[in-house]
Amino acid sequence: MSRESILAAIKKNQPEQQALPDLDAFRRTGPGDPAAFRKVIETLGGQVFEISSYAEIQALIAEHQPDARKIISLQEQYLPGAITEWEAGDGGRQFENVDLAIIPGQFGVAENGAIWITDVEIKERVLPFITQHLAIVVASQDIVPTMHDAYAERIAHPGGGFGVFIAGPSKTADIEQSLVLGAHGAKSLTVFLYTPKP
Amino acid sequence: MEHQHKEHSLLAEEFNANEPRVNWHDETLWWVRQKRDKMAWSIPEWEDLREAASRIKHNVLGNLHDYLLAFEKNAQANGAVVHWAADAAEHNKIVLQLLQEQGVKRMVKSKSMLTEECHLNPYLAEHGIEVIDTDLGERIVQLAKEPPSHIVLPCIHKKKEEIGELFHEHLGTPAGNADPKFLTAAARQHLRAEFIQSRVAITGVNFAVAETGEMVVCTNEGNADMGAHLADVHIACMGIEKIIPQRKHLGVFLRLLARSATGQPITTYSSHFRAPKKGQQLHIVLVDNGRSRQLGREDFRNSLKCIRCGACMNTCPVYRRSGGHSYHNAIAGPIGAILAPNLDMKEYADLPFASTLCGSCSNVCPVKIDIHQQLYQWRQVITKEGYAKKTKAAGMHAMNMVLSKPGLYKTAGGVGRWVMRTFPAVVNNGLNPWYKQREMPEAPKESFADWYKKNRKQ
Repeated sequence: MSRESILAAIKKNQPEQQALPDLDAFRRTGPGDPAAFRKVIETLGGQVFEISSYAEIQALIAEHQPDARKIISLQEQYLPGAITEWEAGDGGRQFENVDLAIIPGQFGVAENGAIWITDVEIKERVLPFITQHLAIVVASQDIVPTMHDAYAERIAHPGGGFGVFIAGPSKTADIEQSLVLGAHGAKSLTVFLYTPKP
Repeated sequence: MEHQHKEHSLLAEEFNANEPRVNWHDETLWWVRQKRDKMAWSIPEWEDLREAASRIKHNVLGNLHDYLLAFEKNAQANGAVVHWAADAAEHNKIVLQLLQEQGVKRMVKSKSMLTEECHLNPYLAEHGIEVIDTDLGERIVQLAKEPPSHIVLPCIHKKKEEIGELFHEHLGTPAGNADPKFLTAAARQHLRAEFIQSRVAITGVNFAVAETGEMVVCTNEGNADMGAHLADVHIACMGIEKIIPQRKHLGVFLRLLARSATGQPITTYSSHFRAPKKGQQLHIVLVDNGRSRQLGREDFRNSLKCIRCGACMNTCPVYRRSGGHSYHNAIAGPIGAILAPNLDMKEYADLPFASTLCGSCSNVCPVKIDIHQQLYQWRQVITKEGYAKKTKAAGMHAMNMVLSKPGLYKTAGGVGRWVMRTFPAVVNNGLNPWYKQREMPEAPKESFADWYKKNRKQ
């Protein structure tokens, strides 16, 4: 067991303690800007549709994802008739041929277009990665300005065993730095930015 | 393990044999550096963020003992099994044992520079286990039987035609097709099959949070998640310096990492692994491999702040023109050159000299490591310990003799100028390393001291 020897060497060699910096100055006051959020996602190769009712989702998917046959929706209200029984199967492998998964996002971050998703909502962790195409529904009132606000307000305490910030579709530029969307994860990302009518 | 290799300058010379290739490499990395600049300049508080990140990491270095214990306790409470490895050999042994317990012969791995550092793949291959690297760039160099040449862009030294050829040979794509989009789609299909069959997945770790016992892994491709979520056993391998104190500190590091690395606002996926999923095993291997020793070296301990963004490589005039393989180390570039001598001073004695000490690396470093200062300091240590190249040491010795004796300096200068003016062939030849790729300048008629004496009187 090397545990004790490693810890002893660290204790002997570590420098004097220094205080942690205060991060409060990085916080912004007020909500995040949905327009800025939208712009970043589009820069990252995602598409954003502003909706005021979930009923609009169906027509938008028919128009923009006409080839999607096997569609999973984690909430019945997003897309009536879509598959919602996502829990049975072989550890997520059953989703390999899902064309489109529509999932809820807890909140978005205006500065980088990232959307926070946890296994509390998605149940099967691999779903947003293994699906060929991904759609996330997030409310425009749930946009925070920066990552500091995200951690301070929205995820200060652990919830669920897994959480992920998703910003755009899966991509790579490993071949001569040419950007290609659709590496291993979802080939496209659609965000439904939901603002209910007042 | 004994490594036989040429030193940096010779390997760089080989890389430079193909001039258009070197120019492409140089310009492409500079383009990535410029993307980083654009991102940095768009954030008014960028410099404050760098300062905060550096100070958080400094706090980590001073509390590493307690933070590791807290991380272990919290990770165990989350359901993970924590292993400790003193060196690469122990790390490899732990991983092998876990794989043998599962009886797997083939498994997926996402990017982990630590497993490169430990030479895990060849070790497992010796024991009959095939590791499939799943980061596209890493898969490409793996098929080519080469190590990565850059920590973020593993196959930046390869041209698409060569990749097309590799895929034709190994994945059966049509000969002559070198379209990045087509090749990426082929790799997606090939690697999906691997993800689906693999019951064990190894991932690296970008950040490990002491407060929560969770680990954050950042990728653009989604390969770490595809592997880890489908596997029955997830093995996460990390250097002990990856610890950060609290969850909120992720805000600082996730803002800096991708912007510094590739000029993106954030990676596509920033995955927070806290507890294993139901029915899954999560193993975390904490690896020292010289890090606790580096922690005790006052001049060099700041190198442990590194978050592996690669910005120092993209900006380095030497790295861009010599290529990652010339550093003959898992981590290339300026940061590699200050980490490697800690692992083996003799083996990597050449690396701190592979720099112009221009300081650009330190200027872009998101955690403000004084990289060029440390390169300079390593030169002192390496020379003092007797590991410097003999010609370099002899040159230094002669310089020291001449520079410390003003009379001798004056005479030597006069002789040198006379020789260079009268017999230029003495210095304009292949034996003089300064003559490579350049003409020697014409020597002035008089020394500056003589000129100054004359002109001051006027």
